[in-house]
Amino acid sequence: MLLRLLTLCLALMLPSLAHAQTLEELVARLPDGNFNDRAEVVNQIAATGDPRALAVLEALLEGDLEERNADGRIVIVTGSRSNQVATDVLTGEDLGAVARRSTTSIRVNNGLRRSIRSAMGVMTLRDPDPARRLAAAEAALRAPDAEQVEALAAAMAAEQVASIRQAQALAHAAAVLASDAETEAKLAAVAVVGEAPALVVQATLNAYRNVEDPALAEAVADTIADAERRQAMWGQAQNLWFGLSLGSVLLLAAIGLAITFGVMGVINLAHGELVMLGAYTTYVVQQWLRTNAPEYFGWSLAIAVPLAFLFVGAVGVAIERGIVRHLYGRPLETLLATWGVSLILQQAVRTAFGPTNREVGTPDWMSGAFQLGEMTVTWPRVAIVIFSLTVFFGLLLAMRYSAFGLQMRAVTQNRPMAANLGIRTGRVDALTFGLGAGIAGLAGVALSQIDNVSPNLGQGYIIDSFLVVVFGGVGNLWGTLAAAMGLGIANKFLEPWAGAVLGKILILIFIILFIQKRPRGLFPQRGRAAEG
Amino acid sequence: MRKLIDLRMGLFLAALFLVTVLAPVASTLQAGSTFAMPSYLIPLLGKYLCYALLAVALDLCWGYAGILSLGHGAFFALGGYAMGMHLMREIGARGVYANPELPDFMVFLGWDELPWFWYGFSSFPFAAVMALLVPGLLAFVFGWFAFRSRVSGVYLSIITQALTFALLLAFFRNEMGFGGNNGLTDFRDVLGFSLSAPSTRIALFVLTAISLAACLLIAKAITVSKAGKVLVAVRDAESRTRFMGYRVESYSVFVFTVSAMMAGLAGALYVPQVGIINPGEFAPANSIEIVVWVALGGRGTLVGAAIGALVVVALKSWLTATFPDLWLFALGGLFILVTLALPNGLLGLLDRFKPRRAKPAQEATA
Repeated sequence: MLLRLLTLCLALMLPSLAHAQTLEELVARLPDGNFNDRAEVVNQIAATGDPRALAVLEALLEGDLEERNADGRIVIVTGSRSNQVATDVLTGEDLGAVARRSTTSIRVNNGLRRSIRSAMGVMTLRDPDPARRLAAAEAALRAPDAEQVEALAAAMAAEQVASIRQAQALAHAAAVLASDAETEAKLAAVAVVGEAPALVVQATLNAYRNVEDPALAEAVADTIADAERRQAMWGQAQNLWFGLSLGSVLLLAAIGLAITFGVMGVINLAHGELVMLGAYTTYVVQQWLRTNAPEYFGWSLAIAVPLAFLFVGAVGVAIERGIVRHLYGRPLETLLATWGVSLILQQAVRTAFGPTNREVGTPDWMSGAFQLGEMTVTWPRVAIVIFSLTVFFGLLLAMRYSAFGLQMRAVTQNRPMAANLGIRTGRVDALTFGLGAGIAGLAGVALSQIDNVSPNLGQGYIIDSFLVVVFGGVGNLWGTLAAAMGLGIANKFLEPWAGAVLGKILILIFIILFIQKRPRGLFPQRGRAAEG
Repeated sequence: MRKLIDLRMGLFLAALFLVTVLAPVASTLQAGSTFAMPSYLIPLLGKYLCYALLAVALDLCWGYAGILSLGHGAFFALGGYAMGMHLMREIGARGVYANPELPDFMVFLGWDELPWFWYGFSSFPFAAVMALLVPGLLAFVFGWFAFRSRVSGVYLSIITQALTFALLLAFFRNEMGFGGNNGLTDFRDVLGFSLSAPSTRIALFVLTAISLAACLLIAKAITVSKAGKVLVAVRDAESRTRFMGYRVESYSVFVFTVSAMMAGLAGALYVPQVGIINPGEFAPANSIEIVVWVALGGRGTLVGAAIGALVVVALKSWLTATFPDLWLFALGGLFILVTLALPNGLLGLLDRFKPRRAKPAQEATA
């Protein structure tokens, strides 16, 4: 009788004892009982807060957790069927190869898997690694679960990092909304969610638009409307940014033309193909690095920039000396001859590299994006905006302050006088054309990052860049800048309501009409030089 | 009369007449006979003559008035579309969807009624008038704005190029109602005659040849008239002509419009012989290619432009069939060669061999 009583007491004490159990004891109990018992043990493992617990649950979830038949040790078994290796799940001790039948796997079913995932979610909320804590909070936000309310609240209380606490607060609010909490608690949760980015607000609150509680429904509707207003505002900012980014692409493509056409008055229809050669230079540099020095791949663009400038510049000098030189003063003939050059360059590249798109990679440091308010900004775009402005201002400074820039301006303004003063005008012409071509090459390096590198790359830009130069006013670099940015932004603001193609058509029509009205562009050159 | 038909014009018209008579005869001969010509050559020749007509149109405004239009392909394509629309309507209920009211592509797009601008195109005379009127009107409006604000030279070239580019983008859109990027095709017959019948093809070919001859003569008549002299003056010294009291823009608009209508006519004749018209015809590259025909043949010679077109197009047909990779090299080289070595084209080369008739080399001050 006494013995029975004792047993009863022990049995009553067991559950309380179970809470105090260590991870070692709990893990040892995993193989016992049915799936429901196992789920109970899983929850207890998660509740220990032991840092090693996550690895145990992960292995269990994957079906890698097995019991060694000889001594009942719980091990993780990995490797192929014929070559299995076991490690101790708690100590991580390598136990070497094990025979296939010397261990018994701890089986899991779908119900148990759900329990394990839920337990892991709660655990990772308090993981020592901040990145995993953040990921767990974001996962909890995506799939709000009323049962996680307490776990999230506890995690928030313990959290030290502000940004993670914010994410947890958001997930907590979402979980509260999903639970059957009081209206006040839910209203507070709606207010918390309202602080989040507009897309999150919509995704989280849309489901509660039609709740029965009128106060709550109103709060939800207000918050969503508020978020939509915010989103519309940021949408404008996004358009502006896209416009600036398109504008810098146009600027890059047009700036070399602003030199050859604007300063020298040479219509270079091969300009687009020079851009294309710059892009292919990038491709060749990257191919060479891939085979010979893959560890320097991150430098590929830095290497391609000077190479493209020099190579395409040299091609430009060759075109000037070979063809354009003979056609000065005959702009329409120049136009035709350079069109011929463009066809030959296109076909040459097609013959050498094939007609298909070539893949040009983006170095790691330039890929990715960051969040600014409600909009996503990708790094390649940022890089292109900075790059094109750098090229623009570099060119402006070179024209104004370098000796070559001075000679160039002298030759453009008064060729015979410049020649009389000892400037070798032929050399200046060749170098000016080369400079314009070199800048086209730089544009090619940048465009290789955002466009398909194919022999037709240049054709897409030639008309646009001519229009930019003409619109801005020939011979005026600032005009080119204003025209490129203005057209880029106008294009992106037209796109949402007119569509991409129609927007482009409207811009073209606008420029055609504008040139009719002001044939010399936005910022015309004045004085005798303007009478071409 | 001597002014209208000089030696070159006479020779060219005579040659054209011979081909127009002999080619159809040769194509109807039994295969195996010495002079037999495969019948597929008839529409091909007809296509070439359309290009020649287009080149004459461009030469009229570039060679004589100094208006280098890089958008003549657009006028050509508009004329082609007008004719294509009529041919589409004539298919009637024989299309894939057997809809008596709507062309196939509209049924495919799920439209339930004909857009307003398709009204009237079931009538051939209406379509024929439109093929001339639409390009003419566009050229008139465009030219009126451009020449009145004294847009000339390279600027004009660039905005005509922008014009054809804008039209290219527009016609690619399905919503425009012109068949999107597939364009208009699958034509059956014209005025009740089957387009695949040899007799219809011969008739179209002869009609094209007559149109070419007529346009050559009209263009020549314009250039030898007083207005033609003024045009040449505009080309060579625009400001001076203006200061002498001529309204430069009226002359320019006139010649630009006539030229565009000729281009439209060429397009309208082209479509039934080729059997398709699509937005690709608006591509800026096509328009620039027309310029090289004129430049190769000899700018400002009319006959030369026609010859240049025939030579380049024949070369293109041969090269793209035998050495497809070489074609762009050849075309590009041609552009460079003509501008550097042959400023007056092939006919200018002929002049060089006849020293006693040689005039002082014409300065090309475009």
